[in-house]
Amino acid sequence: MNAALLFATTGSVLETLPVTLRDLVTGWLPEPLRWLVNSLVGVGTLLAVIGLLFAYLTLAERKILGRIQNRPGPNRTPIPFINLRFFGLAQPFADGVKAITKEDVVPDGADKVLHFLAPVALLAFSIMTLGVIPYGRHLVLLEFDAAVLYFFAAGAATELAVFMAGWASRNKYSLLAAMRALAQLISYELPLLLSVVPAVMLAGSLALPAIVEAQGGWSYGFLPQWHVFTPWGFAGFIIFFISALAESNRSPFDLPEAESELIAGHLTEYSGFKYALFFMAEYFGMCALSGMGVTLFLGGWQAPLPFLEFIPSYVWFGVKLLSLLLVFIWIRATFPRLRMDQLTRFAWKFLVPLALINLGTAAFWSLTAGWSGPLQFVRWAVALALVLVPFTLLGRRLSAGVAPRTYRYAT
Amino acid sequence: MIPLLLIAGLTLATAAVALALRNLIHSALLLIASWAGIAAFYLWAGAEFVAFAQVLVYVGAVSMVVLFAVLLTRRSRDDISVAIDSPARGIAALLTGGAVLGVLFGAVISSPLGAPAAGARPSLSVKELGLQLMGPHAAALLIVGVLLTVALLGAVVIAAGDRTDAAERKPEGNP
Repeated sequence: MNAALLFATTGSVLETLPVTLRDLVTGWLPEPLRWLVNSLVGVGTLLAVIGLLFAYLTLAERKILGRIQNRPGPNRTPIPFINLRFFGLAQPFADGVKAITKEDVVPDGADKVLHFLAPVALLAFSIMTLGVIPYGRHLVLLEFDAAVLYFFAAGAATELAVFMAGWASRNKYSLLAAMRALAQLISYELPLLLSVVPAVMLAGSLALPAIVEAQGGWSYGFLPQWHVFTPWGFAGFIIFFISALAESNRSPFDLPEAESELIAGHLTEYSGFKYALFFMAEYFGMCALSGMGVTLFLGGWQAPLPFLEFIPSYVWFGVKLLSLLLVFIWIRATFPRLRMDQLTRFAWKFLVPLALINLGTAAFWSLTAGWSGPLQFVRWAVALALVLVPFTLLGRRLSAGVAPRTYRYAT
Repeated sequence: MIPLLLIAGLTLATAAVALALRNLIHSALLLIASWAGIAAFYLWAGAEFVAFAQVLVYVGAVSMVVLFAVLLTRRSRDDISVAIDSPARGIAALLTGGAVLGVLFGAVISSPLGAPAAGARPSLSVKELGLQLMGPHAAALLIVGVLLTVALLGAVVIAAGDRTDAAERKPEGNP
């Protein structure tokens, strides 16, 4: 009993630690100034943490890709002055110095202003999306009533920056890639939004903290009431994840940057730090979408089991976010790239109908929330059937006439 | 009041420059900036939901349609004539423009404009907005939905018509 109490008190102290620390620093300031400094401290911390995460995510990606392809990955960069290699952990900083000192080449025929604005706008919009995600019980920077809408509005604006980059470069490959990117982003915006709607519907709110609160508690004493553990939530999470892969231009949906077809796509004419900004924006976008997925489907900052609640909420959020990011990297190493027609067909003929049906499943789930006893089995069975039957039927139709592949000119 | 003036100035300025520029892509991007300015105005007025919806729909989606249309129209910059085609067209344009202006002006004049009491801004949650849309304004929502569906079907029919033409023509051309 005593130990439990100790756990509970240390838990709550750790839980509010970031807020307490901030108040220690800013507590003595007068009111309007205090609000300003509090916001600045919040933004600064977020940028520092996500920036470091970005730096080490690039290293982790290169290392893990290396291991999967049976090579060591970057391991030579020493820590300055002490000449200790330490698995090459200083690699991201060496990369940063390289990106800053590289020559910034702007093509002669390029639209100089737009060419400069594109990476800036892209990064700005990606950072904006990071603001609304609840990183912990007390760690929400921007509390909007319509936070989900804000997130996707800022995300949609990044498409514009990609187009600006492609068009302003005055390069045929860049322009083609920009058009491809637009087609891809528009196609996958729809299933992304549609897969989010059930989560909003069940929580009855567009505010992200409320959606996380709605996933608190445990059914049968051990199963967390996260959305992903319901039939519609599972299907929704898969659809969301695939669309998120496409939205962040990650492999296997990295068609706009397909090297074998389009050089580096809309990044062809970018070098030096502008290229680094694009890279940064891609990883920030990936983090934001993963954070959104965690918040909407994986219970946000909720602990997975009741006796683990003494661990602070932001740690749980971090663990979930990191594991989702590792899946992103794993997928990049595993799947080959899609073709353009496969990409659009997959979105419109498979993901969009499934997401629409999933909306119906979620409606059924929320209407039958009162069912108990043997009726619960009926509820699960009907919901599972609503998820699985359309999936199987649509999957068969999609691959009809395509698979198994026959080779006419080779054996 | 100063933020409002700034937002209004930016919105109008970007719209005006978009009209004056001869580079279509620049005009389109400025038009999108103008739409973003309108979203900023909604935010200033405290209508978060409408502001984010404006960004999502106009800056995110409609802008793409505009850019695609601009890029797919095959006209070089020199082809675009600035002069009026014919007097009849000019008069028609003036009439429509004048009519729209009149309607807008009438609406602005007839709407009660008074400075709202400071701090007494009505805060409307998204849920209430949804209930309003689904209750008293359901008919309008349905009509808009039907209209958009018809437009979408029309676009599909037009696009599909081209493809059958090409498919019919192909066998003749290729021996």
